[in-house]
Amino acid sequence: MKEYFHSIRIDPEKCEGRMKCLRVCPTQAIRVRNAKAMIIAEKCIDCGECITACPHGAIVPLTDPFGELAKFRHTVAIPSPALYAQFGREILPEKILSGIKKLGFDDAFDLALTCGEVSFAIQEYLREYKGPKPLISNACPTVVRLIQVKYPELIDQIIPIELPRELAAREIKKKKSKQLKLKEKEIGTFYLTPCPVKMISIKQPAEKGESFLDGAISISDIYGPLLSAMEGIEKGSYRKALENICILGVGWAMVGGICRTLRLKNSLAVSGLGEVIKVFDDIERGKLRNIDFVEAYSCAQGCVGGSLTVENVYISYNKILKLIETLEFEQIKACPDIREVRKLYSQKYFFIKGKFEPRPLKPLDKDLAKAIKKRKEKEHIYESLPKIDCGACGAPTCLTFAEDVVKAEAELIDCIFNLSQRFKEPSQGFSELFNKYSFRSQTKSSPKKHAKKEKQ
Amino acid sequence: MSNENELSHRFEINGRDFSNAGRASTSIKEILQEIGIDSSIIVRAAIASYEAEMNVVMYARRAVLTLNVTPEKLHLKLEDEGPGIENIDLAMKEGFSTATDEMREMGFGAGMGLPNIKKNADEFEISSTPGKGTTIKITISLDSTENK
Ligand SMILES: Nc1ncnc2c1ncn2[C@@H]1O[C@H](COP(=O)(O)OP(=O)(O)O)[C@@H](O)[C@H]1O
Ligand code: SF4
Ligand code: SF4
Ligand SMILES: [Mg+2]
Repeated sequence: MKEYFHSIRIDPEKCEGRMKCLRVCPTQAIRVRNAKAMIIAEKCIDCGECITACPHGAIVPLTDPFGELAKFRHTVAIPSPALYAQFGREILPEKILSGIKKLGFDDAFDLALTCGEVSFAIQEYLREYKGPKPLISNACPTVVRLIQVKYPELIDQIIPIELPRELAAREIKKKKSKQLKLKEKEIGTFYLTPCPVKMISIKQPAEKGESFLDGAISISDIYGPLLSAMEGIEKGSYRKALENICILGVGWAMVGGICRTLRLKNSLAVSGLGEVIKVFDDIERGKLRNIDFVEAYSCAQGCVGGSLTVENVYISYNKILKLIETLEFEQIKACPDIREVRKLYSQKYFFIKGKFEPRPLKPLDKDLAKAIKKRKEKEHIYESLPKIDCGACGAPTCLTFAEDVVKAEAELIDCIFNLSQRFKEPSQGFSELFNKYSFRSQTKSSPKKHAKKEKQ
Repeated sequence: MSNENELSHRFEINGRDFSNAGRASTSIKEILQEIGIDSSIIVRAAIASYEAEMNVVMYARRAVLTLNVTPEKLHLKLEDEGPGIENIDLAMKEGFSTATDEMREMGFGAGMGLPNIKKNADEFEISSTPGKGTTIKITISLDSTENK
């Protein structure tokens, strides 16, 4: 089977098997084996929930250390617009970009401009698209992976337009290599990322193409140094700084930002994986055929809620919202020229190279007759379990445990309610004793009663 | 009835129960994904069961929806207790609906449900006794036994 690259790793030294991650994983991709958590690669969609949930910091995002910069002759930082939401109201992108340059990057690029171009390109695509609706934004790689794994029939509804960061990196390399007479590979492009998932889309893009980015640095890693770097910077004119902000681009930081800044009438925006799933169920049932465009983000409130951001998500969401309102009110239009975008669009400048492919989960068995048998066996096993999802077996729910058993990835006696069987053979006496106090007899009664009995 | 090559599931649906509407079709999709049915077939089964389920929620009192899968065929049977359908030919017409304004407000009542169930099925049967209830049976063939 194909190996999937993932953006997170569990540090076994730090993991204490406390199972917090087990419960938050939306795709039941985590198991605890021998008191250590592990991730089933096939099932993980890199949402980052487990990183946030781990009390020991044992789940680490695979972003790049600063040291990577030394590998290149010229380095350019490309911050996600979510970075602009991390500081106080008065700190505008211009100042943030100057701060970044002081941190050792040769240049810092305002990605909001490219986001603006891509917003226009999406508008063009929506205009000419004739297939089944709605179209779905590809801005969040977790959402794209969710579709690959759970909604393969919706794959062709994902907008096949390259992500802004990829376009920016591609163009930066082209331009700078000419300007500086360097090879493209001597120019390092680094994305400042709000989430680890951006890392896989760099190392293993969903459409199997190649990434133009050389690495990703976590916003949370750069936050402190950046804050200090900005201290010395002269306070310029607020108005002037405002005039350089592309309103379409800053919209990319928050849920609904693309729809709002493009003024799309027939669209909807959704954030938070659970909510996204509800909307996708409805799309699959054909309920949302009249909607043109769905903007969907795995994190609550969009990328401002990414697991590698620092500021409180509601504060950063509000900062972006207020910024958009101000720009609307002041009628500032520092956005790309739409005619230019249309020209590039017709030259296929914006399209992704490959194609999104489904990535369905392995079925219970390759042979349908056997799969049916195993599914029945799974139900049978599940019926025998206490259905309290205690997690002691290392699976997040009794149902996933039953599945692991039929897949021969776990044994029935891993369930503490089946534990008594383990003792049956060696010692009949012990077994009787165990049965007397066995959890098994408690499965129908409440846990409270059980606690009392133990004390007696 | 239960032979070892046959997977069956039974779902109960209650009229007016909008908060649980869609559960049966979601479970059906999950079951079919687990046993590795081709995704294009899963979508057909999910749409058909969703429309059948919604019709119960909107028009009937209660129903039992059964899913039966063998390596060759997928069957869905809906048996409801409710007002039944007086004129089946009319009900089957695209765009025909007796949905109330409230239901239309909620985005239902396009009159495409029954036609879509039929369109997604390889075999389709509907019968109804006014005043008693409606029964719908559909079959989708699973041409290849090899899973993808
Ligand atoms: N289970 C049912 N019980 C009673 N009447 C039904 C049932 N299913 C459908 N109908 C009738 O058939 C009509 C057409 O159904 P359908 O094609 O699903 O469209 P819609 O649900 O949008 O009205 C409904 O408006 C209703 O009058
Ligand atoms: S990143 Fe998300 S999907 Fe992957 S293991 Fe963690 S919680 Fe589960
Ligand atoms: S919503 Fe944004 S920050 Fe969150 S996972 Fe998706 S791309 Fe990353
Ligand atoms: Mg209907």
